[in-house]
Amino acid sequence: MIKAVLVINTQGKPRLTKFYGFLTVEKQQELIRSVFGVLCSRAEKVSNFMEVDSIFGPDSRLVYKHYATLYFIFVFDSSENELAMLDLIQVFVETLDKCFRNVCELDIVFNYNKLHSILDEIISGGQVLETSSTEIMRAVEEISKSESASNSISLVPKTVSGWRSR
Amino acid sequence: MASPSLMDTLFQRGLDDIIKGVRHQQSSTESIFISRVIEEIRREIKSTDLQTKSTALQKLTYLNSIHFIDMSWASFHAIECISSPTFSHKKIGYLAISQSFSESTPVILLISNQLRKDLKSGNEFEVSLALDCLSRIGTVDLCRDLASEVFILMSSSKVFIRKKAIGIVLRLFEKYPDAVRVCFKKLVESLEGSDSPIVSAVVGVFCELSAKDPRSYLPLAPEFYRILVDSKNNWVLIKVLKIFVKLAPLEPRLAKRLVEPICDHMRKTGAKSLVFECIRTVVTSFTEYESAMKLAAAKIREFLMEDDPNLKYLGLHAISIMAPKHLWAVLENKDVVIQSLSDEDPNIKLESLRLVMAMASESNLMETCRVLVNYALKSDPDFCNEILGSILSTCCQNVYEVIIDFDWYVSLLGEMSRIPNCKKGEEIENQLIDIGMRVKDVRPELVRIARDLLIDPALLGNPFLHRLLSAAAWVCGEYVEFSRNPVELMEALLQPRTSLLPSSIRTVYMQSAFKILIFCIHSYFLQKEDMTSEVSDLASKRECSESSDLATGKALVQSDQDEGFNPRESNQSYEYPSAVDTGDGQSSTPTFMEKKSLMHESIVNLLNLMELVLSPLSGSLDVEIQERACNVLGFIELVQQEFSNPLIRKEANLDREEVIASRVVEWVHDGFTEELGPVSVTAQDRVPIPDELVLKENLTDLEAICGGVELPAPGSFSLTSPYYGESAVFSVSNLQAEEDSEPSTESTSLLTEHRKRHELYYLPSEKNKIPANDYPPANDPSSSISTNDATEDLVKLADQSLVSKRKPNHAKPRPVVVKLEEGEAAPVVSKKPELKDDLLSGAIHDILLGNEAKAASSQSNPSDKSSSKRKGKAKHVDLLDSKENLAVGEQPNHENPSSRRSKHRGDGKQKSKKSKGKKNGDGREDDGEKESQKIRDHHGRHKSRQRADAPINVVPQTPDIPDYLL
Repeated sequence: MIKAVLVINTQGKPRLTKFYGFLTVEKQQELIRSVFGVLCSRAEKVSNFMEVDSIFGPDSRLVYKHYATLYFIFVFDSSENELAMLDLIQVFVETLDKCFRNVCELDIVFNYNKLHSILDEIISGGQVLETSSTEIMRAVEEISKSESASNSISLVPKTVSGWRSR
Repeated sequence: MASPSLMDTLFQRGLDDIIKGVRHQQSSTESIFISRVIEEIRREIKSTDLQTKSTALQKLTYLNSIHFIDMSWASFHAIECISSPTFSHKKIGYLAISQSFSESTPVILLISNQLRKDLKSGNEFEVSLALDCLSRIGTVDLCRDLASEVFILMSSSKVFIRKKAIGIVLRLFEKYPDAVRVCFKKLVESLEGSDSPIVSAVVGVFCELSAKDPRSYLPLAPEFYRILVDSKNNWVLIKVLKIFVKLAPLEPRLAKRLVEPICDHMRKTGAKSLVFECIRTVVTSFTEYESAMKLAAAKIREFLMEDDPNLKYLGLHAISIMAPKHLWAVLENKDVVIQSLSDEDPNIKLESLRLVMAMASESNLMETCRVLVNYALKSDPDFCNEILGSILSTCCQNVYEVIIDFDWYVSLLGEMSRIPNCKKGEEIENQLIDIGMRVKDVRPELVRIARDLLIDPALLGNPFLHRLLSAAAWVCGEYVEFSRNPVELMEALLQPRTSLLPSSIRTVYMQSAFKILIFCIHSYFLQKEDMTSEVSDLASKRECSESSDLATGKALVQSDQDEGFNPRESNQSYEYPSAVDTGDGQSSTPTFMEKKSLMHESIVNLLNLMELVLSPLSGSLDVEIQERACNVLGFIELVQQEFSNPLIRKEANLDREEVIASRVVEWVHDGFTEELGPVSVTAQDRVPIPDELVLKENLTDLEAICGGVELPAPGSFSLTSPYYGESAVFSVSNLQAEEDSEPSTESTSLLTEHRKRHELYYLPSEKNKIPANDYPPANDPSSSISTNDATEDLVKLADQSLVSKRKPNHAKPRPVVVKLEEGEAAPVVSKKPELKDDLLSGAIHDILLGNEAKAASSQSNPSDKSSSKRKGKAKHVDLLDSKENLAVGEQPNHENPSSRRSKHRGDGKQKSKKSKGKKNGDGREDDGEKESQKIRDHHGRHKSRQRADAPINVVPQTPDIPDYLL
């Protein structure tokens, strides 16, 4: 089971946080800080694992990948394979890349909504449900389509109702 | 609050505006900006227009997840958003809910209806939103209410929906175990499907479920086996392997079946993740299969040879799983392991350190430790402490099993504590005391090491080492008879820098100093007695005691000279009681006992020194320190009278005084020299409560009686630190005894009685043995762990220790290490699974093992379809049928002993199989009989098979029992 997916930039600013169990915001912030504290002390070209039992409790593992200015971090338990999780990060990033054409940090900053759509297609409730980036893309595009369709319809009424409610 | 202005509504800031806005802020103004935005959101979110509301909610959700702004206040608005007919509003609302709702969110029940509506929606993405949300926030109530909707979705024609519905089952089962009755069958059927994403999802669910309660899923082993053999999907294979790791220990015959396909995958696959999972499976569960282990080791070797640090790390990790049982795997890769110790990757370093320690044995321990300690000196502080920690834990395993030369080990401990980054003071403390108590032969060396630590003023400044110093002080006090120079120890213990120590440790210092004082005075008296008896012919006249003192002193000074007792030097140190130079030429002198050279003056100096240092402490605010100081000062006062001005004193008077003083000293000394046996951790439990002891008596009467009586000096029940508690209490009680000038016999007899009782009560099984040697310390955590680990060893070794006790061994063999037999130290009973798990596994049991009554209540099933489907699969596993009976026998849950075996056996296929598996089958006739209930299920299945598609009323229970073994 996956416990959390985090994207943090190299300054320690979170870009995407998703915890698959309820945590208060204070706890989330604390966890992210301690993870980043360890991450930034790690050299380049070392292994992508981190021992996090002290941060996330027993039976926790963490893998991360460093792309340009971003760390992609998956936290999970013993039901997942470490190398498979690294592959999953790869799938996630590939999908982002397809989605935004040469994804960069700014895309991730400004496409909060879409990011969640993509992630929710891959992981649901901590379970990996889809690993094929074409499938993910297909679903995400459909979702975007129905989102924008509903938005364009609501554009006019919004203004009108805005006027009326005055 | 200002009413929303036209501008606000028309030109509401979207999420992008907020993101841009935050990015333009300096870090100092960011929080101000955000709080302004929150104000804005609070206004906008109240709007009746859903578009405005949802945009506000989206902004809030963003700020919540990226800037950690609380959004629990907006939970109701989120519910409003999901009830919007517009998809984008719904999506925003669901995201907000799954991000911010917890079980305790008050409005959570309000979403139940909306969720149901969306689960039934025709738009698959709306369904998916609702499912995602439920998988995150599902509570008991929600799961109960929506189980049937989820069940319907599990049969959806769209793979997209089915996959998500299966994913949610986990949450459903966890919160509402009764859902198993509805959904389990469907879940198992999905295993057989051909849609890869579905199978992947189902296997994932089973992987999670079996991690909690593997036994319940044993009947599904054939299904998993089929997937293991047939599937090409690495994700699925990994999950199946994870399931089998859980199942294999429960069913020994599984392993035989599984080894081949797993090795096959290991050989053929190109995916490293799968290879690693295979390796891990083999080295954890199939350790007795030589060929598989060899193959795994070869694959590990490949990993180690890779440049990729991930593979290297995992390779080392896999070896460390093997290490306890298959040390050869470590030895084969020794080169890589050693080399990895200096890898730049901290993970790899740590793993290789573990492996290096795993390789340590009696023969190479010294060499290994030498290398590691040198390496620790060069490492960064964290890794340095990792190294020290692993040395310490390896060496103390099974009561110092690997250590032969304790002198070496003790000096290693001393050396380790001097490493600048050392933070392992506490562990070293425990081991120093533990070894002191267990290993008699090492005590002289131990005292020497402790002395070195004590006189080193640099160590006092390091708070991590304070605990260690307390151990050193205790050792010096307890085993002072091995010391070469007690006065030097005394000065070290009383040096002014001890004020840096925490009070608990300071009290240990004071107590140890007191012990040393007693020892010195005692040996002074002893030696004088010897002297007087020796020179009684000459000195029978006894002009005056002072001259005899001098004579004693001189006589002994002739035999060997000791600079430490040179009056000038001790005078000096009395005036400047600081860390005194250690007395140069002393290392070559024999131990103090042998010299027996104590001059009158040096004793006086000792007394003066102690008095000087302790007097200010008698006013200390810390009650422990104060009490000890007062006790010692009282003692000093008593003894000093006779030492201070012998010249003035009259002979007769002095004689009497001295008699008292020497007797007092003797009592206290007896108290100290009596060796305190370590006490078993479980000792307290073994103390029988005497019949006459009433523990719950009302003691209010006592108060009335004692009201007028003054309590004795508080020291007698001083709370002392656990290790030294007893000795302190004895000493103080002795002291008091003499202060009250009670007859000595009484106090000593009390003491002996006390000892007898302790001996008796602490260790009833060892009454007849010499008490001194057989107890490990009660409070030493490391020893308690290790003794628990090696109960049997202990018994054996304890016996040995009894035989060889007190016999000095000549060729420096391993000294006796005292151990405690921990007879009834039962292993900790593993915790029972939680109630919830019980419910869940119970439900699954019911389903799998065909508890008919309940199954019938679940739903009527499309039985034909499933059973015909099952046929194909059954063929595949038919070869396993011969073993079914045993498997059945291992399942609980059988009541009805009506046997329907004959019918069951009537199945032709079955029969032919039976002859093959006769050996198994016959032996288990009885088990089978008991299993009537399940057999009825077979029966049902076989029947359905025979009658092809004829509709049957018997509900075919999903996982047919005969299949469930490989």
